Amino acid sequence: MFYWLLSVVRRQRIRRGWQKWSSARSGASVAEAHSVALPTQAQVVICGGGIMGTSVAYHLSKMGWKDIVLLEQGRLAAGSTRFCAGILSTARHLTIEQKMADYSNKLYHQLEQETGIQTGYVRTGSIFLAQTQDRLISLKRINSRLNVIGIPSEIISPKKVAELHPLLNVHDLVGAMHVPEDAMVSSADVALALATAASQNGVQIYDRTSVLHVIVKKGQVTGVETDKGQIQCQYFVNCAGQWAYELGLSNEEPVSIPLHACEHFYLLTRPLETPLQSNTPTIVDTDGRIYIRNWQGGILSGGFEKNPKPIFTEGKNQLEIQNLQEDWDHFEPLLSSLLRRMPQLETLEIMKLVNCPETFTPDMRCIMGESPSVQGYFVLAGMNSAGLSFGGGAGKYLAEWMMHGYPSENVWELDLKRFGALQSSRTFLRHRVMEVMPLLYDLKVPRWDFQTGRQLRTSPLYDRLDAQGARWMEKHGFERPKYFVPPDKDLLALEQSKTFYKPDWFDIVESEVKCCKEAVCVIDMSSFTKFEITSTGDQALEILQYLFSNDLDVPVGHIVHTGMLNEGGGYENDCSIARLSKRSFFMISPTDQQVHCWAWLKKHMPQDSNLLLEDVTWKYTALNLIGPRAVDVLSELSYAPMTPDHFPSLFCKEMSVGYANGIRVMSMTHTGEPGFMLYIPIEYALHVYNEVMSVGQKYGIRNAGYYALRSLRIEKFFAFWGQDLNTLTTPLECGRESWVKLEKGMDFIGRDALLQQKQNGVYKRFTMFILDDHDTDLDLWPWWGEPIYRNGQYVGKTTSSAYSYTLERHVCLGFVHNFSEDTGEEQVVTTDFINRGEYEIDIAGHRFQAKAKLYPVASLVTHKRRKDDVELSDLHGK
Amino acid sequence: MPGPTQLFFPLIRNCELSRIYGTACYCHHKHLCCSSPYLPQSRLRYTSHPAYATFCRPKDNWWQYTQGRRYASTPQKFYLTPPQVNSILKANEYSFKVPEFDGKNVSSVLGFDSNQLPANAPIEDRRSAATCLQTRGMLLGVFDGHAGCACSQAVSERLFYYIAVSLLPHETLLEIENAVESGRALLPILQWHKHPNDYFSKEASKLYFNSLRTYWQELIDLNTGESTDIDVKEALINAFKRLDNDISLEAQVGDPNSFLNYLVLRVAFSGATACVAHVDGVDLHVANTGDSRAMLGVQEEDGSWSAVTLSNDHNAQNERELERLKLEHPKNEAKSVVKQDRLLGLLMPFRAFGDVKFKWSIDLQKRVIESGPDQLNDNEYTKFIPPNYYTPPYLTAEPEVTYHRLRPQDKFLVLATDGLWETMHRQDVVRIVGEYLTGMHHQQPIAVGGYKVTLGQMHGLLTERRAKMSSVFEDQNAATHLIRHAVGNNEFGAVDHERLSKMLSLPEELARMYRDDITIIVVQFNSHVVGAYQNQE
Repeated sequence: MFYWLLSVVRRQRIRRGWQKWSSARSGASVAEAHSVALPTQAQVVICGGGIMGTSVAYHLSKMGWKDIVLLEQGRLAAGSTRFCAGILSTARHLTIEQKMADYSNKLYHQLEQETGIQTGYVRTGSIFLAQTQDRLISLKRINSRLNVIGIPSEIISPKKVAELHPLLNVHDLVGAMHVPEDAMVSSADVALALATAASQNGVQIYDRTSVLHVIVKKGQVTGVETDKGQIQCQYFVNCAGQWAYELGLSNEEPVSIPLHACEHFYLLTRPLETPLQSNTPTIVDTDGRIYIRNWQGGILSGGFEKNPKPIFTEGKNQLEIQNLQEDWDHFEPLLSSLLRRMPQLETLEIMKLVNCPETFTPDMRCIMGESPSVQGYFVLAGMNSAGLSFGGGAGKYLAEWMMHGYPSENVWELDLKRFGALQSSRTFLRHRVMEVMPLLYDLKVPRWDFQTGRQLRTSPLYDRLDAQGARWMEKHGFERPKYFVPPDKDLLALEQSKTFYKPDWFDIVESEVKCCKEAVCVIDMSSFTKFEITSTGDQALEILQYLFSNDLDVPVGHIVHTGMLNEGGGYENDCSIARLSKRSFFMISPTDQQVHCWAWLKKHMPQDSNLLLEDVTWKYTALNLIGPRAVDVLSELSYAPMTPDHFPSLFCKEMSVGYANGIRVMSMTHTGEPGFMLYIPIEYALHVYNEVMSVGQKYGIRNAGYYALRSLRIEKFFAFWGQDLNTLTTPLECGRESWVKLEKGMDFIGRDALLQQKQNGVYKRFTMFILDDHDTDLDLWPWWGEPIYRNGQYVGKTTSSAYSYTLERHVCLGFVHNFSEDTGEEQVVTTDFINRGEYEIDIAGHRFQAKAKLYPVASLVTHKRRKDDVELSDLHGK
Repeated sequence: MPGPTQLFFPLIRNCELSRIYGTACYCHHKHLCCSSPYLPQSRLRYTSHPAYATFCRPKDNWWQYTQGRRYASTPQKFYLTPPQVNSILKANEYSFKVPEFDGKNVSSVLGFDSNQLPANAPIEDRRSAATCLQTRGMLLGVFDGHAGCACSQAVSERLFYYIAVSLLPHETLLEIENAVESGRALLPILQWHKHPNDYFSKEASKLYFNSLRTYWQELIDLNTGESTDIDVKEALINAFKRLDNDISLEAQVGDPNSFLNYLVLRVAFSGATACVAHVDGVDLHVANTGDSRAMLGVQEEDGSWSAVTLSNDHNAQNERELERLKLEHPKNEAKSVVKQDRLLGLLMPFRAFGDVKFKWSIDLQKRVIESGPDQLNDNEYTKFIPPNYYTPPYLTAEPEVTYHRLRPQDKFLVLATDGLWETMHRQDVVRIVGEYLTGMHHQQPIAVGGYKVTLGQMHGLLTERRAKMSSVFEDQNAATHLIRHAVGNNEFGAVDHERLSKMLSLPEELARMYRDDITIIVVQFNSHVVGAYQNQE
C-alpha cells in the first residue's frame, strides 16, 4: 500500500524505535497483537496512527479516559509523520499556534525520559532570516508576541547570524530572528513514544486496520465499521491526515473536513567534510522559500515553492502514488535558493530528494473540533506542514475538548465549524491549496485576501456594486465590499497595496466614513447570518429565554442585543434578535457564525420541541443605510414617518420601500451611527437598491464598504464576535452587563458562571485604547494581536484596531489582565486598575503610548438622535 | 545578398519548395527554376496547366513584384521582434479544456489546442471541433481546401452535423423531426468550440439545414424498427458520402437566390480534404479523405515518444490508392488516370469533397456552367475539362476509417493538414508535442540513484534544462508550439528566431512559395480516465 511505497527511505533509527515500541507493547501486555480480533466496544475510537492520533490518545489516556482504541491502516508513525522534516518551531503567526508549539516543545523534551524511547530531541534553536525590511517587520511582530507568552526570542543583526551559523551567506540580509529554544526531533519516534505511553495507560492500538466509515444514528456517533469488524463507540476522532477528507465523506451523513494534499520536496545530503554539529541552528529563509537543518552531519533542506503540485484530488489514487518521484526540475528554484544562502554546499554530495505529500487547509490553519452535524465526531488534521510543531498541543486541546466540552484556550481560529459548505468542493480545495502552500512563506501583511475560490456566494447586487468600483474581501465564502474606488483613482496601484504602514485606500475610506457621519451611505451586508425561529405554541420564547442571555420577552417589533453563552458564561454567539411576532424571532449573527451558531442551537434545543429553526441567510439581501440622512431617504421612499417618535431605535417593522412590500426595516446599523438596516427579500434587492440610490442622490448618498464600517464600530467601542469576543469572553468582561438578564430571576445557560463572576469580579476587561504618539503617516499601523503594556508590565493583547477618522487617532480594542507580579496568576481587574495605568501598545517592537477607556468617547455619542437611544446608551452599562 | 534568394537556397536544399512557386516557375520562368538541379518534384495540388495557374493565382505579375523588391535599393533587413512573431503565431490559436466537475474529469479527452497559419490569402484550410450533445463523444477535424476556400468552409460547417445525425438513435431522430414539424425548440446536437475567426455562413444556413433534414428524414424512413447499435465507422462513411452528395446535388439544382446559387457552385467546383477524429471514451475513430493526417503520440515506458499513424494519405505515394484508381477505371486509362503523381495529371489528393470537375460527366458540367451565373461562365478554370476524362467519377469523398482503442500510453492525437507534414517528420512532431505537453517532467526525469552528484553539478544541470525548456513556456498552446517549430526550425531542430522572423514577414504573394497553409489540432487524452476504462474490463 501507500505507506509501503513511501517507505523506500526507511531510516534505521525509526526501525529501532518500532521494535522497541513492539517490545514495550508486549511488556505492558495491554494491547493485543494485531492478529487478535478487535474489541467490539470502546468509548473512543481514534483513526490514524500518525503524530496527531497518538497525541490525542496520549492526552486522553493521561487525563483519565482508558477505554480507547487507536486504529492505523498501515503501520504506526508512517505517512506524513515519517517523512516530516523534524523541525519544531514556535515562531507562528497566531498566538494559539505559538502556544501549541510551545507545549509540544516541552512535551517532546521530556518524552524520552517519560517513555524510555529515544526521540532524537535536540535543542538547536532556529533563525528566521529577513531579506527585506517588510520581512523584518513581520518577524518583529512575531517576536513581540513570542516574548509575552514566555518563549525567548530576539531580533539579531546579520553579523550575529553569521556567528551562529558558519555556512550562511548573510550579505543580503537586513536582520533575523533567533528563537534559541526551538528544537529538532524525529517525529516518527515522537509518535511511537506517544503511542507507547498511551498503550501503557491502557489505549489499545491496532495497525493494519482501516476504518471504512463511521456509523451515525440520530446525529450521534454510535460506532465504527472497519475492515476487521465493527466497534461500537461514543466518540470518533478523525486523525487520518491527508485522507481525513475522504474519510469524512465516507459517512452516510458526510462530515466535510476541508483539506487537500500537495507534494512537498526536501533534499538530503551526505555529511559535510567537517560534519555539522548536531546543535547547528535550523535556518528558515522565507524570502528564499527554504528551510535548512542539520541532518546527520549533512543538510536537510526543503521549501514551499510558488507553483505547488496538488495531489490526491480524487482521493487515494494508486497511479499518483506510484508517480510520487523525485522531481528535480521542480526543486530547481529551491536548490538555487539553497546554494545562494550556503554557497559552500556546491561540492556537497546529494543523497536523496524526498517527495512527501503534506496536507493544507483553505486558510492555512489546522482543523480541530467536533463536527457541526455529527455529535461525537471529532477531527484533528490539516496541519499545513507543521504537524510536528502542533502535534502535542493540538492533541492536548482536542482531548480537553472531548472531555470537558471545550479546550482550555480559545481555539475558534482552528475550529472545524469556521468552514461552511463552500469548502467541501474538491475543485475549490485543489485551487485554494495551490495558493495556500506558497503563502506559508509569503509575507503576511494586514488585510490580505485569498484570490482563489472567490465569487461563490454573492449578493444579488454584486455586479452592480462591482461596476461602481467595489473592491472585495471574502468572509465564509461570501463576497463583501471593502471600499469603493472612485472612478478617477488609479486602480492598479491600489490593488498592490501590501504594506504594514498606511494603506493607499486611506483617503477613500475616509471619504466613506465622512459620508456616513454627515450624509448617508449604503453598505451591502447580505453576508450576515440570518435565522428565523418560530414555534406553533408558546415554546419558542421559553426555550430561547434559556438559550439567550438577554430578556427576549419584549413587545413585538423590538430588537434585543444578546448572545448565547456557554456554561462558563463565554460567548458562543453574539447576535441581535428582532421579535417579529409573539411566536417568531429573527436572529442576525456575524457571517462566520453560520455553521457554529446553527450547530449550537441544534445541540441545545430540546429534541422533541416544535420549534422551527430556519437558515434564511440566502433569502434576504441586507442593506445598511448609515448616516443622519438615512431617515430622510427612507421616509421619502415609504411615505411613512420615520422620526424617532414613530420609529424608535432598536425597532423592527415590515414596511414598503419603493414598490417593494414586506421589507424588514430595523433601526440599527451595527456601528452606533443613526440609520437603518433593510432586510430585503432577494427578488426586490435590485429594485430597492436602485430606489435608495436615486432618492438618496439629493442627500449625498454613496456606497461604502466594510473598512468604513469597521472604523466606525471600533471607534464606538463595538465588540465583534470572532475578533474581539470568543467562547472564553463573558458579557461582564466586555461591559455588557446590561445585556444580560441577571436580575430577572430567569435561568439561562451560563447564568451561574456570570453570577459568580459578578460576585468575584472579572479577570480581564475589554478596553479601548487610543494611540497618542502614533504618526499615522509614518509609523507602523496596528493590526491585531499587539501586546499591551501597563506601567511596563504585559497585561494582554489587542483584538482589533482601526483608524478613527473622527478622533484622528488609531483605536485599538483589547483585553487587559492583571497578572500577579510574583506568581503570574490572574487577578481581578477593577475599573480602578484600568484607569490607574499608563499604557503602551507594542507594534513590531516599538511601543506607543495609549489612553485606556472603558466607555466610548463622549464626543462621538453626542450625535444621538434621542436621549434614550437604547442602542448607544446601553452599550456599556450604567 | 539580402532578399528572397537568401532564403531561397536553403529551402531548396531542404526540398521544401512549395507548390505555387512551381506553378509560377513553370509558366513564367521555366528556364530559371527548371534549370536548378535542386528543384524537387513539384508537389502542387494542381499541375502547371496554364489555365490552372491563372485560376489559382490571378496576379501573374508576382515575379516582377519580387524582382522589384530584389533590386530595390534598400538593403535593410526587415526582422520581426519576438513579440511581433508571437502575435502572428498566436493570432488564430484556440484552446479548449473539457470542464472538470467537482474535481473529477470523466471525459477521456482533457482538451485540445488548435491553431492555423495562413500561407494563402485568404487561408484555404479550415478546422472544426465540437462535442456531440445527444450521443457521447467529441469530433475534431482539419480541412484542407484547394481552388479556393469555399468547399473547405462548407465542409467545416456541415460535416459534423452529418456525422452527429448519422450517430443518433432512431428515437432521437424522430424527436428532432417532430420538433421541427411542430415548431418546437430543437434538441441541440453539437456544442461547437470555435475560434472567433472561425465563421459560419449565415446565408446558406437555411439551405444547409434543409439538406440535413432530408438526410435524417431518409434515415428515419430507412429504419427497419430494429434497434441496432450504431456503428461509428459506418456512420462516418455515410456522413462523408452524404455530404459530398448533397454538395453535388445543391450545385446541380441551384438556388433562386443569386448569391446562394453562386455559393453552392463555388463550393462544388472547389475541393477539400478532410481528416476527422471521433473520440468516445477509449474508442477513437479517424475518418480521412485526402492527404491530411492523424498522428497518435504514444509515450513509451522509458518516457520517449513514438508516433503511430492513424490515417493513410490518399495520394500517389499510397500504392493501395493507385491500385484502387486503376481498378475503378478501364485498363486503357491505366496510364492516364494518374500522371506525374496526380489524378488525371492534375489533382494531388486522390480523394476529396467537392471537385465536381472530377466527378460529374462532361455533359453535366457543361450544362451547369452554362446555366450558371456569369462569374462562373467567365472562369477559365471551371470551364476547363480535365484531359483524358472518359469514365467519371474519378474522385470520391468516401473516407478511410481507422479504429484505435486508446491505451493509457496514448497521450495525444495530432490532426494536421499536409502543410505541417511536408515540413516536419511525424516522429519530430510527436516528440515536440509530447515534450511540450508534459513540460519537462516526463522527458528523462533526473534521478540521482547510485551516482555521486554534488549540489553544484545538479544545479548546473537543472539550470541548463530550464534554459532549454524556456522556448516551451513561450507558448500556451501545443499547436502554436508546433507551428513555431515547423516554420522556424533550423537544421539542428531548434527554433531559429531569425528564420522564423523571415518566414513570417514574407509578403502575402511570396508566402505560398515557401510554405502551405498549416492547420493543427492537438487533442490531449486523459490517461487516468483511459486507464480506468481499461481496468473496468
